[in-house]
Amino acid sequence: MPVFWLSLLIVAVAAVGFVLARGRALAAVDGDRRHLHSLPNYYGWNAALKVLTPAFALLFVWLIVQPIWMNTQIAGALPDTAVSEDSTLALVMSDVRRVADGLDLAVAQGIISETNAAAIEAGATDVRGVLAQAGVALGSDVDPTVLAAAQSYRSLSGVGDAAMTVAVLLLALAGMGWALRQTTAEFRARNVVEQGVRAMLLFAASIAILTTVGIVFSLIFNTVEFFRIYPASDFFGSLTWSPSFGGGSELGIWPLLWGTLYISLIALLVAVPIGLFAAIYLSEYAGSKVRAFAKPTLELLAGIPTIVYGLFALLTVGPLLLSAFGRDGLNWMQAGTAVMTAGLVMGIMLIPFVSSLSDDIINAVPQAMRDGSYGLGATQSETIRQVVIPAALPGIVGAILLAASRAIGETMIVVLGAGAAARLSLNPFEAMTTVTAKIVSQLTGDADFASPEALVAFALGMTLFIITLGLNVLALSIVRKYREQYE
Amino acid sequence: MYDAPLTRREAAVDDVKISARDVQVFYGDNHAIKDVDVDIQDKTVTAFIGPSGCGKSTFLRCLNRMNDTIDICRVEGRITIDGDDIYDKRVDPVQLRAKVGMVFQKPNPFPKSIYDNVAYGPKIHGMAKNKAELDEIVERALRRGAIWDEVKDRLHAPGTGLSGGQQQRLCIARAVATEPEVLLMDEPCSALDPIATAQVEELIDELRQTYSVVIVTHSMQQAARVSQKTAFFHLGHLVEFGETGQIFTNPEDKRTESYITGRIG
Repeated sequence: MPVFWLSLLIVAVAAVGFVLARGRALAAVDGDRRHLHSLPNYYGWNAALKVLTPAFALLFVWLIVQPIWMNTQIAGALPDTAVSEDSTLALVMSDVRRVADGLDLAVAQGIISETNAAAIEAGATDVRGVLAQAGVALGSDVDPTVLAAAQSYRSLSGVGDAAMTVAVLLLALAGMGWALRQTTAEFRARNVVEQGVRAMLLFAASIAILTTVGIVFSLIFNTVEFFRIYPASDFFGSLTWSPSFGGGSELGIWPLLWGTLYISLIALLVAVPIGLFAAIYLSEYAGSKVRAFAKPTLELLAGIPTIVYGLFALLTVGPLLLSAFGRDGLNWMQAGTAVMTAGLVMGIMLIPFVSSLSDDIINAVPQAMRDGSYGLGATQSETIRQVVIPAALPGIVGAILLAASRAIGETMIVVLGAGAAARLSLNPFEAMTTVTAKIVSQLTGDADFASPEALVAFALGMTLFIITLGLNVLALSIVRKYREQYE
Repeated sequence: MYDAPLTRREAAVDDVKISARDVQVFYGDNHAIKDVDVDIQDKTVTAFIGPSGCGKSTFLRCLNRMNDTIDICRVEGRITIDGDDIYDKRVDPVQLRAKVGMVFQKPNPFPKSIYDNVAYGPKIHGMAKNKAELDEIVERALRRGAIWDEVKDRLHAPGTGLSGGQQQRLCIARAVATEPEVLLMDEPCSALDPIATAQVEELIDELRQTYSVVIVTHSMQQAARVSQKTAFFHLGHLVEFGETGQIFTNPEDKRTESYITGRIG
């Protein structure tokens, strides 16, 4: 039975369990719910949970384990000759699966009958033709051993699926029976449901955490793989970045890291003063009407996709800078794509980050601080400079660090605004590139995935991850320290 | 001060420091203070008492124009300090507040060092020519705030690290440092424990030598202990104003008597 229908069936069993358990609970006290320990619905939910949780858990595990088990069974049965010199067991097995899936499709479309599919032989029938009719294109004629393996694969998976359906449904019914047996007037159903809710929340939280761990591990494994074929001393020591997919490339991280930091620095030089002043104006000077209009407008900037900023850099800011600093002007700039272009636009992108966070933080400074300062005869700007900002400073630093890690991770603006040349230069009007932009260019295209030129992307990603993680941890710890001060 | 019978306690001097005539305060449409006339004497502690929401804190905040920082607040009438109208257009409220210091309900030291907390006002108003003078001003203020001995070895520790009572005395020292002529205190002891309260009350009595002190308090015992004059506010009106002894032993108005005996409030 397909997994979708099986799932629906489990849900149906759960619904039946809900109704039965609720009714049984009410019947146990002759319909007077005041004698029940919990509200009737809790008994229903208890039954539903006891059906759903074990059944879906078993289904999940089964779906993972069955293909693995079948692979080992079929692979063990394959004759050694099936694995020829220029292929591997994994390739042959994927062929087997493709043929098996193709046969499934062919049967489903009525091109051949079920008995035929199980009985056809490679010599007698044009299996390739049959499968092509079903929409499965194969590179070569089907090898008899592969066909045989595919056929046994199909029968095994048929048996497995049937067993899974029966086992899962039995478990669901058993869960329902168990819940119904439990349902008495004294049974503490609400406490049990409470536990179930807690487990559900924990499950959701752990998925987020486990995913993060998974990402980190995939980065780590590929980075280790990269350093196995490319020396770490060259990666961290070389000042040249010149990948060539023919081999013999130099993959020094410094030009990229320098580009990243340079562009981020310019972005922060733009974003921090403007964002901070905007935040001070909004929180200290602006009237409630101005604030109600200006704050959401400013935050709208944060909602613009970065690719749009990239276009803005490419089409507006770049040419504008070129007309001032290019050949017609100061002649410092060769083309519209430059560190300055990307930095300015990225700075604009970061303004709402800095201003919105800083605004919240400045607002959190207690009014008592301001009153104390006014009471001593300080003006508003003296109060802001000498009391409010120092009090809010840790939080503002946190906001700036968050903006910085955002700047370091930015890709699209750099791709469109800064150019693609990896170089170490101090001139902000030259094209440079960043770590993120190079990760994209190393992984897109037809590169061999096992080559250092492709794998270097993971080492770059890992470096970036560590830098931004460090910044975020620093920012969070500063912000947290700040919070303790007033609560 | 604690042992003199209430009735025999008298104000030291008779010159009027602050004079309010026909003062009205509005918060938007809400008429918070109605027709208040009062004369506050120099070198005297004047207590404002009354039930919550009676307008005593609002009136106190009129005396240094702190209400200016609230947009919807409007003050009418005439308030003079030494004969000068403080709501005159030519008066800079910022300068006024340096002259009329204020201590708040909750101790609110700035998140700076103890030294910088006290030096804040003098620095803003350019009261010291050099570091040595500033040091002197800070020490004098901390001594006046009766906290010097406790903090002299850790002047550069953060002011927020002190205990509640110490913080409040630091705030008093901070207010005193700008050498005001009047000191306004808005329930200065309501966040303090009894021991810290006693210390602050003792300090208020000493400050009376130099300043005109106006204190808002919820505690009638406190008003009776520290003040020479008492004003009783009720629903925005100044109901009764007179010698503290008179108010507490022989009030003229029925409402005052009810409040003091605990029947309203």
